[in-house]
Amino acid sequence: MAEIVIKNLRKNFGDFTAVKESSFTIEDGEFFMLLGPSGCGKTTTLRMIAGLELPTSGEIYLDGEEISQQPPSKRDIAFVFQMFALYPHMNVRRNISYPLVSQGMPKRDVKTKVAEVAGILGIEDILDRPVGGLSGGDRQRVALGRAIVRDPKAFMMDEPLGALDAEFRERMAEELRALHDRMNATTVYVTHDQLEAMQMGDKIVVMNNAVVEQFGTPQEIYDKPATMFVADFIGSPSMNFLHFNGAAHQGAAQVSMNGSSYAVPKLHQNAKGNLVFGVRPEHVKLSDQGALRAKVLASEYLGTTQIITLESESGTLKARVDSHQSVRVGEMIGLDFKPETITLFDADSGNALASELNKGVVAYG
Amino acid sequence: MTYSVTEPTKRQKWFAGTLVILYAIITILPLAWIMMTGFKTPPDSISYPPKVYFEPSLEGYVNLFTTRTRVSQETLENLPPPQNFAEEIVRNRGMVIAGPSKFGQRFLNSVIIGFGSTFLSIFLGTLAAYAFSRFKIPLADDLLFFILSTRMMPPIAVAIPIFLMYRKLGLSDTHLGMILLYTGVNISLAVWLLKGFIDEIPREYEEAALIDGYTRFQAFYKIVLPQAATGIASTAIFCLIFAWNEYAFAVLLTSGTAQTAPPFIPTIIGVGGLDWPAVAAGATIFLLPVMIFTILLRKHLLRGITFGAVRK
Repeated sequence: MAEIVIKNLRKNFGDFTAVKESSFTIEDGEFFMLLGPSGCGKTTTLRMIAGLELPTSGEIYLDGEEISQQPPSKRDIAFVFQMFALYPHMNVRRNISYPLVSQGMPKRDVKTKVAEVAGILGIEDILDRPVGGLSGGDRQRVALGRAIVRDPKAFMMDEPLGALDAEFRERMAEELRALHDRMNATTVYVTHDQLEAMQMGDKIVVMNNAVVEQFGTPQEIYDKPATMFVADFIGSPSMNFLHFNGAAHQGAAQVSMNGSSYAVPKLHQNAKGNLVFGVRPEHVKLSDQGALRAKVLASEYLGTTQIITLESESGTLKARVDSHQSVRVGEMIGLDFKPETITLFDADSGNALASELNKGVVAYG
Repeated sequence: MTYSVTEPTKRQKWFAGTLVILYAIITILPLAWIMMTGFKTPPDSISYPPKVYFEPSLEGYVNLFTTRTRVSQETLENLPPPQNFAEEIVRNRGMVIAGPSKFGQRFLNSVIIGFGSTFLSIFLGTLAAYAFSRFKIPLADDLLFFILSTRMMPPIAVAIPIFLMYRKLGLSDTHLGMILLYTGVNISLAVWLLKGFIDEIPREYEEAALIDGYTRFQAFYKIVLPQAATGIASTAIFCLIFAWNEYAFAVLLTSGTAQTAPPFIPTIIGVGGLDWPAVAAGATIFLLPVMIFTILLRKHLLRGITFGAVRK
């Protein structure tokens, strides 16, 4: 098991830059998520760690050893492909034992090892079946079996649940997480699904346009977004952005927006011009005393909560409130925000303004 | 009656079946005629109207494999009784067997040259197709076009330069010369067909093998080759059929040691009159290897020619 350190990693395909100077550390035993929209460079990063692509520049350390230019067979890293890539001309047993055969392991040991892995994954009964007729979930398990059978230093997973049906994904996600907790293996997992990332990951790297936007625990990423992109990408519905023209002062614990003053976490920097007031829907409260007046446009009932769409002079926003609260479409109400959860952004750069809330986090952006 | 969109109706099935049978009859008829003629006696083979029912005889096959000399009636009577059926057949025509014909050796030449060039085309073609499919090759498209362009004229158009070149190089009438020539003609077909097949094999399989600890070359022959078996088999059949049936170059460049069966079979006609049964027997035997080869690989061939038509 191993720690993986990525330093200034860069990958160009001709004129196109897939990954731009990324740096982050994956600690030993971590379930690490590479999250981002498609084309953001997350899969390229994963493939560089595994050795399927060679970086244009930068270093990758696996347990302190620089491996960025080594062939994949020398790295001792397992890879689970999105389409599983099970060898179609071999049965399940041969697929799982294939990495061991390459190491020249004696036949008897291979057999024991395969049986052990099949036991862990609950696939003993399909070992002698061809892989062609297997269900998606079983293919997934065989692909996992092929990965874990040789106790690699780390696992790379490229959207392994992407090819499964929705109902099956949930179950496999749980199985995967349970498997990880049992083996405690460093795992790097690529996904574009923010829910999956939040649900399974110990740490998340959010990438966009070849750049690492933020790196941290799911809670950090959700509560203390470093950029507007992260704030928008994570959470459903995503963070409300209220655009305004004004100024923020270092040391102040409030900001003035369109004539009213709102409490915010104590600011650590000055800013003025186009600013954005960011607030998560669940931190918007309907209150008659609220400084911001808004008209109710719609309400979606979700069982325990409801999502209310509101229109205010500072822009449209959504609020997640208790479903018992009765709200009529068309009425005007006042809005209040939980001051300690507010993040202010510079609209031009998209970066969060440093404050008491996000100190220590923004530095990664 | 239930109606189904995908399942053809009884009448449609019947119609399709009739068409297939008609087509089969049309294509099989000439082959059947050749095979039948091989078992006729020379008079039967040229009788008019043609005989459909006849007494089968092995005379064509005996004539194909032997050379014979005509002898006088006296000599014939003074000979010891015939040792085998072949001698008996020949003596009934007033002749004796002088020795074996060259057919066996010519047939062997066809086998060596046909299978040799097929093997070489597939071997080189697979490697080239893999490289074109997987690696970034400068000017890859132009190279592929160049390879294909060698098939844009009939090969016989360059017969004279090749004839002169082969004479200079000492390749005329050699097995190596013919193998190289047929490989040269077939390789463009092999590269293009195989590239299509290899393109369809997802790269993930090789990448999985690389991750599993195999080298690039091991990944190629342990993972890619078995996956490409269908393509290789059907390409091999096409290459073999060309090399096996090729006539023009064979006539031009071979006359003795390396002569293949196609230019040899017509020469039988000249020996002792129009010996159609012997020609037909030669054609029948000549058909067999390709037929056997195709039957052995027919599963692959069927999958091969419909390959890419439907995405799995």
